[in-house]
Amino acid sequence: MKVLVAIKRVVDYNVKVRPKADGSDVDLNNVKMSLNPFCEIAVEEAVRLKEAGKVTEIIAVSVGAKVVQEQLRTALALGADRAIMIETDNNVQPLGVAKLLNAVVAKESPDLVILGKQSIDGDNNQTGQMLAALSGMGQGTFASNVELGDGSVEVTREVDGGLQTVSLKLPAVVTTDLRLNEPRYASLPNIMKAKKKPLDIVTPEDLGVEIAASVTTLSVEPPAERKAGIKVASVEELVDKLRNEAKVIS
Amino acid sequence: MSILVIAEHDNASLKSSTLNTVAAASALDGEVHILVAGSGCAAAATEAAAASGVAKVIVADNAAYANQLAENIAGLAVDVAADYDYVLAGATGNGKNFMPRIAALLDVQMISEIISVESADTFKRPIYAGNVIATVQSTDAKKVITVRTTAFDPVAATGGSAEQVAIDTASDAGVSSFVGEELAVSDRPELTAAGIVVSGGRGMQNGENFKLIEAVADKLNAAMGASRAAVDAGFVPNDMQVGQTGKIVAPELYIAVGISGAIQHLAGMKDSKVIVAINKDEDAPIFQVADYGLVADLFDVLPELEAQL
Repeated sequence: MKVLVAIKRVVDYNVKVRPKADGSDVDLNNVKMSLNPFCEIAVEEAVRLKEAGKVTEIIAVSVGAKVVQEQLRTALALGADRAIMIETDNNVQPLGVAKLLNAVVAKESPDLVILGKQSIDGDNNQTGQMLAALSGMGQGTFASNVELGDGSVEVTREVDGGLQTVSLKLPAVVTTDLRLNEPRYASLPNIMKAKKKPLDIVTPEDLGVEIAASVTTLSVEPPAERKAGIKVASVEELVDKLRNEAKVIS
Repeated sequence: MSILVIAEHDNASLKSSTLNTVAAASALDGEVHILVAGSGCAAAATEAAAASGVAKVIVADNAAYANQLAENIAGLAVDVAADYDYVLAGATGNGKNFMPRIAALLDVQMISEIISVESADTFKRPIYAGNVIATVQSTDAKKVITVRTTAFDPVAATGGSAEQVAIDTASDAGVSSFVGEELAVSDRPELTAAGIVVSGGRGMQNGENFKLIEAVADKLNAAMGASRAAVDAGFVPNDMQVGQTGKIVAPELYIAVGISGAIQHLAGMKDSKVIVAINKDEDAPIFQVADYGLVADLFDVLPELEAQL
């Protein structure tokens, strides 16, 4: 069985981003970039399926400028067998990414595609669902457990109020939630080995996909600041304030 | 212009988040219709028809829609959406699941989790875990949008008298099936809809101690939440998590107990009207967003608070 894992290069989760002074975009100069945390979980899940003997090949794929090779090499160091970089300098929106991935799916015919549920930059939470739609596959989003069977996969999903389990025919799309697994760190020998693993570079034109951007960011701004209030000295004072000043309890 | 809102419901009743989504739809210029897709969902459809500002309710009652499977809902919604300029749903677990699928089938770049409507094609939405607010404009002829429900005050649940129209389409994509679900059973208000939320963090030390939170929540008829640290430590189940990767809440009163206030938690609750922080570490970042802070040991405070409410 073949698994395709789509990954994204994003601002490291420890970085607090700020808008540029002119408010045109966020300031990403000299900011540390990493593999999106949900994508790390996606790679880890694929590797565990391979270690369990259910998967024979893992292909990592990413869309972006040349630098995304760094994150593809990370995925290779974590256990992916080969990588495909779809090279473009344009800012591709989720629908465009889904179209590009759909072209790769058509070429590679994976049995399972695993993606992070969202990237921590755009917070869109769209690409996996869109890929499933375009390819006609079923979707197991926000997965907290994946049981890969013969011809189908059972996905336990985090839903409002609890968990839901669905069964999907293969091929299918799974998007990862936080509690699916705890990703490993790449070992030094594996990082060295990853440098020799195959990494193919293709362009959107090669894949026959035209990318249009129909949503434009006009401006960015910091969120409204919340001011710190007052410290109260006792429970009694707190209850009094809530009752008589804020009037939020009776 | 016309706007289609896809209802959030459990067949038996309409979820209040639908009323917030209708409020966002009402900020656009056009007639608002609601699609209720479910199985045995007549009661939910009747509630939808009573919502203020709704002109029509489209009811698709079929076994294929019983569990809101994205593959089936999307097939239906794409057909219904043909007559509309906007398709909206709450950014709930269900909305996040099926809306991108609908958008892709319509060849539309969806706009996720809007917090305001600036004009017919321009919206504000949080990015980077809420650290930045982006103003975005869409040139798609049809717009597919999810709504951060806490950012819009709900329309009245009663007073409307929309006509109900049943449609007879069964869209079973045949690629997915429902196996089962484990939903937390509770008499408490739902976390995302509660007027008061009491949350515990790592400071609670273990799951047993959440009984102290429960006692206070009982007195206030409040929902119970938790920080990611408390969830990751296994004190309480996942569905209680408030934060960027959990539930986004904005109640009238949010009481954070033993929560330090990591950015990812603040992203989930900082739009609450009044925030109370109880923490023995006076330097905890939670105090920077709290209206009322109490520096004290939560194990002393919680029983006393319960007694005084």
